Amino acid sequence: MKTETHIEQQGPVMARRSFLRYAGAGIAGVGLLTATSCVKDHRVMPNTGIDIGAKGDLAILNYAYALEQLEAAFYIQVAATPYSGITAAETALLTDIRDHEVAHREFFKAALGSNAIQALTPDFSSIDFSNRTKVLTAAQAFEDTGVSAYNGAGYLIKDATYLTLAGKIVSVEARHSAYMRNLITAGSFADNTIIDANGMYKAQTIPQY
Amino acid sequence: MNLLNIIEEINIADPEFQDRISPRRAVIKNITSFGSKVAVAALPMAFSTLFKKAYGQTAPLTVSDVLNYALKLEYLEAAFYNAGVASALSFSTAEKAALVTIQTHENAHVNFLKGVLGINAVAQTSQGMNGTYDFTGGFNTTTNIVTGTGPFSTVLTDIDTYFAVAQVFEDTGVRAYKGQARNLLGNHTVSTAALNIHSVEARHASAIRQIRRARGGAGATTKPWITGANDTGIAAVNGNYAGEDNVVQGPVTITNLPGVSGNVSVNAATEAFTEPLTMTQVVALVNIFGVR
Repeated sequence: MKTETHIEQQGPVMARRSFLRYAGAGIAGVGLLTATSCVKDHRVMPNTGIDIGAKGDLAILNYAYALEQLEAAFYIQVAATPYSGITAAETALLTDIRDHEVAHREFFKAALGSNAIQALTPDFSSIDFSNRTKVLTAAQAFEDTGVSAYNGAGYLIKDATYLTLAGKIVSVEARHSAYMRNLITAGSFADNTIIDANGMYKAQTIPQY
Repeated sequence: MNLLNIIEEINIADPEFQDRISPRRAVIKNITSFGSKVAVAALPMAFSTLFKKAYGQTAPLTVSDVLNYALKLEYLEAAFYNAGVASALSFSTAEKAALVTIQTHENAHVNFLKGVLGINAVAQTSQGMNGTYDFTGGFNTTTNIVTGTGPFSTVLTDIDTYFAVAQVFEDTGVRAYKGQARNLLGNHTVSTAALNIHSVEARHASAIRQIRRARGGAGATTKPWITGANDTGIAAVNGNYAGEDNVVQGPVTITNLPGVSGNVSVNAATEAFTEPLTMTQVVALVNIFGVR
């Protein structure tokens, strides 16, 4: 998986557009995708049939749709094959999260209509779904990436209705993340590894151009 | 399947994409370059002047109005956690640690917003009664006097009441920030900051709700997310959760969409989207605590 090229763009001199790559790299970095193509070939391969074909806000919505598809697929798997030692409370709340992500996914699919990208088939083969720590760590990475991605893309949205909708979703992702973080380490729901001295989410303070 | 390829494709498909990240409209460009030159913590500048230029006559509210509104809410929250941490309430070690974390963030938000607003920032002493709030919710909005006889009269003597009020403050804060998103539309610097604070408030709300769930009793069934209209069991705060039972997002009725088995449930549909509150709604809800 040649993701290193993208990951190195996380520094203070992030290139334009790189917030999207940053989020994408974050997901690829935890091994949730099979990166079968060379990173030099940024175009979607014709035989995959992917055609964004959308402009402006629709492109951002498709980006969100892609993220939500991955999250939904992940939690569907978590619910279908619970990790060993899962508690009743964890089962209940993880199932809730699954249903939230499915609702998000289906919302974007419906809202995008014929502009929607095709259904994605993520490869989670590198995750041991029987291992609590591994599942929760991956979940936390998903949620933090989601929050970061929505926060980072918000200012690009032109339509007030879509911006409000993104806001409606991002706070739910943040609630998921705080829960996941507390499950991994009690009291880490918003610790200084993710929140800066201004009390703001660290990964997405003012981007440096 | 490679997500990175999709992202590239978005950039190819949308020629405006780059423009929007590095806007060429001069006034917007000034703002973004301004933001890049100044550290976030050091923005004691007349921001509102800059942003008014970007919006012209179309802005429903000036950015400084929105920021002062946010500042008033953060003053309230900071004071609430300062009071809780300093109180005689016998929190567990974990509860106290969580409160101190949130207290730190709320005070940081105050300082951040004051720094951004500079001389335009409202003074804390203009709030409540010479800066003193009524956390019982009994503030007399006519005489501006703290009565201490509101619906949460045990807020600083009973831990469960304290956390219930904390939950209401956090959930309301999230909804309040969300409601201002459209007033900051296209404002890179301020909208990103607001979204960031908004997501941190959501983490606080989730954490407080988890504490209430763990404490059991009346809060035992509390989830980290908001289910339906007012899941607190406290009728006095119905207004703080008004509209949370909405299941229609834009043109889409969420409960008509396919879920894992059958359609998405009403609970999932309401939990998956947190609804905004308007400034008018929020002001009416927090003036009983002394926000003015």
